[in-house]
Amino acid sequence: MDYLLTEEQKMVKDLARKITEEKVLPARAELDEKGEFPWEIMRTFAEADLCGLYLPEEYGGFGGGVLEFCLAVEEISRVCGGVGVTFAASALGAVPILLFGSPEQKKKYLPPIASGKKLAAFGLTEADAGSDATAIVTIAKREGDYYILNGTKQWITNGGEAETYTIIAMTDKSRGARGASAFIVEKGTPGFTFGKKENKMGIRCSATRELVFQDCKIPKENLISREGMGLIIFVKTLDMTRPGIGAQAVGIAQGALEEATSYARQRNQFGKPIISFQAIQHMLADMATQVEAARALVYATAREIDSGKKDFTIDSSMSKLFASDVAMKVTTDAVQILGGYGYMKEYPTEKMMRDAKITQIYEGTNQIQRNEIALKVIKESARFKKK
Amino acid sequence: MSIRIITDKCTGCTLCVKACPFAAISMLERPPEAPGKSKKIAVIDLDKCTLCGACLDPCKFDAIEIKTEKETSTDIGHYKGVWIFAEQREGKIQPVAYELLGEGKKLASDLNTDLSAVLCGGEEIEEEVDHLFAYGADKVYLLHHDELKDYKSLPYTRAIAELITKSKPEIFLLGATTIGRDLAARLAIRVGAGLTADCTGLSIDPEKKILEQTRPAFGGNIMATIISPNHRPQMATVRPKVFRKPSKQEGKKGELSKFNPAINPEDLMVRVVEIIKDESIKVNLAEAEIIVSGGRGLGEAKNFKLIEELAHALGGAVGASRATVDAGWISAHHQVGQTGKTVAPKLYIACGISGKIQHLVGMQSSDTIVAINKDPDAPIFKVASYGIVGDLFEYVPLLTNKLKELRG
Amino acid sequence: MKIIVCLKQVPETTEVKINPETNTLIREGVPSIVNPFDENAVEAALQLREKHGGKVTVISMGPPQAAEALKTTIAMGADEVILISDRAFAGSDTWATSYTLAQTIRKIGNYDLILCGKQAIDGDTAQVGPGIAEWLGIPQVTFGVKIDIDGSQAKVERLLEEVNEVVETPLPAVITVVKQINEPRLPSLKGMMKAKKVEIKALRAEDIEADLKNIGLNGSPTQVIKIFTPPPKTSGEILNGVPHENVEKLIAKLKERKTI
Repeated sequence: MDYLLTEEQKMVKDLARKITEEKVLPARAELDEKGEFPWEIMRTFAEADLCGLYLPEEYGGFGGGVLEFCLAVEEISRVCGGVGVTFAASALGAVPILLFGSPEQKKKYLPPIASGKKLAAFGLTEADAGSDATAIVTIAKREGDYYILNGTKQWITNGGEAETYTIIAMTDKSRGARGASAFIVEKGTPGFTFGKKENKMGIRCSATRELVFQDCKIPKENLISREGMGLIIFVKTLDMTRPGIGAQAVGIAQGALEEATSYARQRNQFGKPIISFQAIQHMLADMATQVEAARALVYATAREIDSGKKDFTIDSSMSKLFASDVAMKVTTDAVQILGGYGYMKEYPTEKMMRDAKITQIYEGTNQIQRNEIALKVIKESARFKKK
Repeated sequence: MSIRIITDKCTGCTLCVKACPFAAISMLERPPEAPGKSKKIAVIDLDKCTLCGACLDPCKFDAIEIKTEKETSTDIGHYKGVWIFAEQREGKIQPVAYELLGEGKKLASDLNTDLSAVLCGGEEIEEEVDHLFAYGADKVYLLHHDELKDYKSLPYTRAIAELITKSKPEIFLLGATTIGRDLAARLAIRVGAGLTADCTGLSIDPEKKILEQTRPAFGGNIMATIISPNHRPQMATVRPKVFRKPSKQEGKKGELSKFNPAINPEDLMVRVVEIIKDESIKVNLAEAEIIVSGGRGLGEAKNFKLIEELAHALGGAVGASRATVDAGWISAHHQVGQTGKTVAPKLYIACGISGKIQHLVGMQSSDTIVAINKDPDAPIFKVASYGIVGDLFEYVPLLTNKLKELRG
Repeated sequence: MKIIVCLKQVPETTEVKINPETNTLIREGVPSIVNPFDENAVEAALQLREKHGGKVTVISMGPPQAAEALKTTIAMGADEVILISDRAFAGSDTWATSYTLAQTIRKIGNYDLILCGKQAIDGDTAQVGPGIAEWLGIPQVTFGVKIDIDGSQAKVERLLEEVNEVVETPLPAVITVVKQINEPRLPSLKGMMKAKKVEIKALRAEDIEADLKNIGLNGSPTQVIKIFTPPPKTSGEILNGVPHENVEKLIAKLKERKTI
């Protein structure tokens, strides 16, 4: 489908693809096998000015929006979902500062992220607080000119590799959901250490670590916005970055579709290439349609956000929900089409299937997404009824 | 020089369109000012046309005309003799020089003229002169000076240019080695000669008595035949190992002409300060009759040992694909291919090399090519005289041992 | 440092195919690329500028579409590009090409270093670099695999057949480089945006004060009189047998051919 991209958007897409094909493709299998963080590749993206696509020019960014960001994430994920999420997750740590940060905070923290010199990460999830974000127990206690952080964050993408962390911690437990606040914490701050690197099913080159805060003292200037804004900042951030994860899922699915198609053309059984069998053709048709629908939903949401529209939460949810479910289905089908070869590590489809799974879980599980979407549907219907 | 379509002869048959290697001819509507039988005529895009003449033959109606402006250089007729550059390194004449003598002899004989060799070096180089006579030179021009002991672009260019201007050869051939190509390119401009690079074929046009030089272009996808009709000497660098070394006639004598060329101190400002030897090279790739090459199929650097052992058993050199050099398994001096060396040995054994076009370009002119690769679809099999679909880790040692056995 | 890089836009010769009916080159659909060795030259220039400061100017003699190739070097980070294009240059051999480029360089003036790729992958002559040096009357160092600049001297390591030779030359000089010298950088987004906005004007023969008898077809001492395709390589035989049988068979055949 022609998404009527501008010249600049096409440039972003082409450059992301060029770098990905040259640098990520030859390395992805080894990065996955070893669970090795793709520093070299991230540096190449940085040198190509791709790390600040969604950040304003005044901070050294490209001045683009969510769509430019999604275009890049999709191209990268088409080859490797792990590198894709490493690239995308940095936005998660930067967007809170972009949306709610003070001019001083933006001036200090955004330029190194835009230039790719530093990576960012977002820390909310804890051992007992996943879907139930309000159950977080990490505390930030105000003491004079500082806050003292105590607690442990779990499964933080880019944990240990990023320099800039946006952390959500409780400043006033009595206020429940209104008692959380957002802080910027820099790597190397005394009292801030990392747990072991998780050994994951997929996106294995992405670094996933615990963040451990033990009497970690941070200056009060590192509070983003006001106390109590924590979960609002969290929600607004994810509304904006969810299409990025949708794009990651679309990319993974696209890569799987291409692998399956190419294989089916070459594989002969019963004297013919298997792509001539209707069973395979129908699978490919469904896969292609689903990928395109997912892409269209993600891009439309991205455009909506970039146009300045305020209320896009549910569209954002839908694009993430649909794209991730599509990615899981398409990668599973791709493995099926490759048959025995699809199951072997020598071929890239099994990795794609392993990579796809997490997209249904993080950035808000698909069950939570469904809750939110259902709520909206119900509200809309109630309004309609009133008329 | 110019080209035109004789529009009243053109029948629009399109044979010329198909023949043009540069897609410079199209069939367009016949304009009213060019009357004729056919609806369409050939039209030449002068931006794309290189006046190569490939369209002349196919045209059955003599509708294409290429006009050459008769430009005769004033004293072309005074240039006589076939010369070759006797390249020497570390005081030893290089095999390519003898190959040039072999081919040069044929050219000189076709032209009814003498064959001479130009030898530059320090005092001791005179010892090598007899070899040049033995391999067929009628005359040797010996340019000796301390500063010419080892090749340097500027002093060599000046000395040989002086000699050429004085003694006027009609043809001057050099080996297409790093020295030959460095020297010839500069020398040709200095003396006003036409230079053709990396020739694989030379002959004399029987009518015009000029040198026809044939060489590969477009990465070896096409061959071009080139002439320098109006400039002298006609210069060409010749690919090593394309022509065979002639038989040696020990004791044959010839005329020796010695010179002490003038050295310009400005030419000496470029200095060689260090030579870094490559310990991995036992046999020079460009000179080897047999090359055994290793590719990505080797898996890791240490497995080049297998290639070395086979090469050693055959008395040959070790070659490598670009992938292995990029991976740091072996030095770039062993690289064969578009960005490495072009070789044409008697025998080229490719082990674990897939045969990407960039590699083939560097070795497909070898006499006999043997390929060992696990993948039956590897493109290398398309150029191999003998192919083995199998595991190189099995075959290479087997071959090595069998050869050692036979040698006893 | 003022560095001038010479660049040629070439067809991707590895993609060139021969039409089996007419035995001629199929040029349609063959992408045009920057000559790979020239990319290395641009990269070398950019690295030297990073180290020593200065300006990198990339020049190219070619038809109007060569402007595309020049734009990619702006995306890599080149400061300035110049296209020399004139119908009068058509049919140039290496004499005329090196003359034309040398004239352009003379017009630009005040240069410290000229970098060229070792050879173009369509012509494969490797003659233009040294030719430019001779026209300008400056030293040449060919097959460069490492370049270090120290004031007004360059130290260049040359990749020869069996050894590497380190040469010192006063500047200005022409250095031609081999692929092994570096890994050309990928374009950056900012570079691509800059390249898009650049308007490239072409210099014509009179702009560089070219002597007409040295340019184009008339200025070329060499002429192509024939182009043909080499006979296709026929594939030989595949040895099918158990390993030690195959080995024996192979050796026997090679002996028969007097290869060993």
